[in-house]
Amino acid sequence: MYLDHAATTPLSAPALAALTTELSRSGNPSSLHGSGRRARRVVEDARETLARAAGAHPSEVIFTSGGTEADNLAVKGLYWARRAADPRRMRILCSAIEHPAVQDTVEWLERHEGAQVTWLSVTAEGIVRLDALEQELDDSADEIALITVMWANNEVGALQPMSSITAAAAAHGIPVHSDAVQAFGSVPVSFAESGLATMAVSGHKIGGPVGVGALLVGRAVKLTPVQHGGGQERDIRSGTLDTAGIAAFAAAADDVVTNLPEESVRIASLRDRLIAGVEREIPEAVLRGPRTERLPGNAHFTFPGCEGDSLLFLLDVAGVESSTGSACTAGVPRPSHVLLAMGLSETEARGAQRFSLGHTSTTQDVDALVAAVPEAYERARKAGMSGHASSIRTAGTGFN
Amino acid sequence: MKVLAAMSGGVDSAVAAARAVEAGHDVVGVHLALSRMPGTLRTGSRGCCTIEDSRDAWRACDILGIPYYVWDFSERFKEDVVDDFIAEYAAGRTPNPCMRCNERIKFAALLEKALALGFDAVCTGHYAKVIENADGSRELHRAADWAKDQSYVLGVLTHEQLKHSMFPLAETPSKAEVRAEAERRGLSVANKPDSHDICFIPDGDTRGWLEERIELTEGDIVDVDGETIGTHPGANAFTVGQRKGLKLGRPAPDGKPRFVLEIRPKENTVVVGPERMLAVDQLRGIKVSWAGLPIPAVETGEEFDCMAQVRAHGDPVDARAQVEYDDDGRQSLVVRLVEPMRGVAPGQTVVIYQGTRVLGQATLDSARSLERPDLAVAR
Repeated sequence: MYLDHAATTPLSAPALAALTTELSRSGNPSSLHGSGRRARRVVEDARETLARAAGAHPSEVIFTSGGTEADNLAVKGLYWARRAADPRRMRILCSAIEHPAVQDTVEWLERHEGAQVTWLSVTAEGIVRLDALEQELDDSADEIALITVMWANNEVGALQPMSSITAAAAAHGIPVHSDAVQAFGSVPVSFAESGLATMAVSGHKIGGPVGVGALLVGRAVKLTPVQHGGGQERDIRSGTLDTAGIAAFAAAADDVVTNLPEESVRIASLRDRLIAGVEREIPEAVLRGPRTERLPGNAHFTFPGCEGDSLLFLLDVAGVESSTGSACTAGVPRPSHVLLAMGLSETEARGAQRFSLGHTSTTQDVDALVAAVPEAYERARKAGMSGHASSIRTAGTGFN
Repeated sequence: MKVLAAMSGGVDSAVAAARAVEAGHDVVGVHLALSRMPGTLRTGSRGCCTIEDSRDAWRACDILGIPYYVWDFSERFKEDVVDDFIAEYAAGRTPNPCMRCNERIKFAALLEKALALGFDAVCTGHYAKVIENADGSRELHRAADWAKDQSYVLGVLTHEQLKHSMFPLAETPSKAEVRAEAERRGLSVANKPDSHDICFIPDGDTRGWLEERIELTEGDIVDVDGETIGTHPGANAFTVGQRKGLKLGRPAPDGKPRFVLEIRPKENTVVVGPERMLAVDQLRGIKVSWAGLPIPAVETGEEFDCMAQVRAHGDPVDARAQVEYDDDGRQSLVVRLVEPMRGVAPGQTVVIYQGTRVLGQATLDSARSLERPDLAVAR
């Protein structure tokens, strides 16, 4: 039972068809001969398809290798371009719950490029506080290079008040970037109506392949390139275009957005079934993030007295694939910065488990989870928190 | 059985896990994250617990086709092993952090979590053997390869812990064999260098590492008659048996080198003298534990024959041991050595054996020297 669609979701049928068709062909879209023209045609068709799906103009689509690259390009590109135009613009306003693709990029600019970062606080439900943002804008609009707030949070699924944020920023002429990797394809997203300067989207979260994404860049927005070379993609993102990946990404986007009205209702009802089931079985479990203003496919809980990785392990043994929600490298798993920003203690945050639904999810998946949760919870509670004292009697060596 | 294989990222634990899989157990690999800020890459053969080690463990699990997880024990490790190591040195004693880790992390914190999650045993790449008797009781024995034998650092395990311990490398004739087997199984860690040092001191400079963490106060170096013959930067920076770094200007009256005989942390004094005075013929240990069910002589208090070992790779010496009980029934262990031993420091662990069998262990509290009758009461 796969309940980790927010990590990646299986390829959709149209995407698979587009991918295999294009992989069997050849041609560099920048070449001027026949093969090149054919590839170019595929890329430009895809650009128009993606633009339509995201509510953007085709010229606003910059294809990238994925969401992380799109976020890097937007945040660094906007910061450098805005600072170059006015050296006072050294400040970045960034939500406290960003994906590492944005958070780490902002911190890099802080360390290496003199950026001054203000982390925008969030409510207990994980929604950016507009009053905090407005205060910053009123106090020092001239010094702000950019604002970056994700459209929907990848851990707790909280949808952010994008139109209010862009309206507040527009009053001061400040560009806003949004990481819409989780939102695009799940909720209606229109770049044109959003008021955003830039917006990052990714292929593999919507049924496209891994390794392709896009940054939507408003026509009037100036970005300093991060990756230099042959000048593809409006001179903003150099590198030979991945025709097959781009075609498959666009096919997935078209499919997911076309089906969004019915599919989002179907998935939301599965999510509500999941939430109700978990809350019925484990009354102590706490749903994190808003109850209504959340992604249709996201259910996120903290389970008191449990270590998230114990739960993940036990559910995996029971055949249910889930996630603790926060990224962890091969190093030490840390409590989620998102949950900490929402005011949870480290101990509470360690008991996190995210279940995310997608286009292949069924009621059977949800019911299997609900059936597996009680035993997993009970065992994980017994295993306890990793920091606590062991009850196994040991030799008790040493003098202390 | 459901077996949790503790995977360091090295070749021993990878082969141990492979053998557990091959024996038909249901195996899951777990890497213990013991540092909050792991380094990225190993340099040479030193240290462990880097992200590269974690990746190596992961890769080994993938090749074996078993699940892999990283569990965070950094907090417990810091409190129970690292802080304890510093505190023991600060008190003028010489602890063994690997034993502490086995006692409190691998076969306590990890084992407890494993049992709670439904596992039956923890499997490691230690070279040692657990024997199950007909009555179900367990005994701990030396590994077949005495050169690699690690029973000393496991001597601290109790019967309860041994019941849930699995050491698949027990019968391996040599490390070369393990490497060859790793190669044969396609494990990429086959030629990874061994780690030798204390894992949390990455550059191997224990003294330098300690000096950054222990406050040192200058004090006197005295000879066995109590005469001050020099000064030291801090008594805690020395170990019993140490010869170098004393920086005593004048030679000893007999012209022979002088050694650290004793550290007196309360007086901040280092006692030095000739090498022969390092020899001790009786050890006394507290915090006694038995690696399995205790032999009958433990209860009766009778003296029994055994071999005593005070270092991971030290030679065992013949001895007669006896358990004494205080008014509260607490055990202490007296070990009378047939041949004297040199360079024994308080805080070290004495592990006693009968043949290949580990009987138990105690933490050295004091030692007696025929040359220096005052030593036993000096502490």
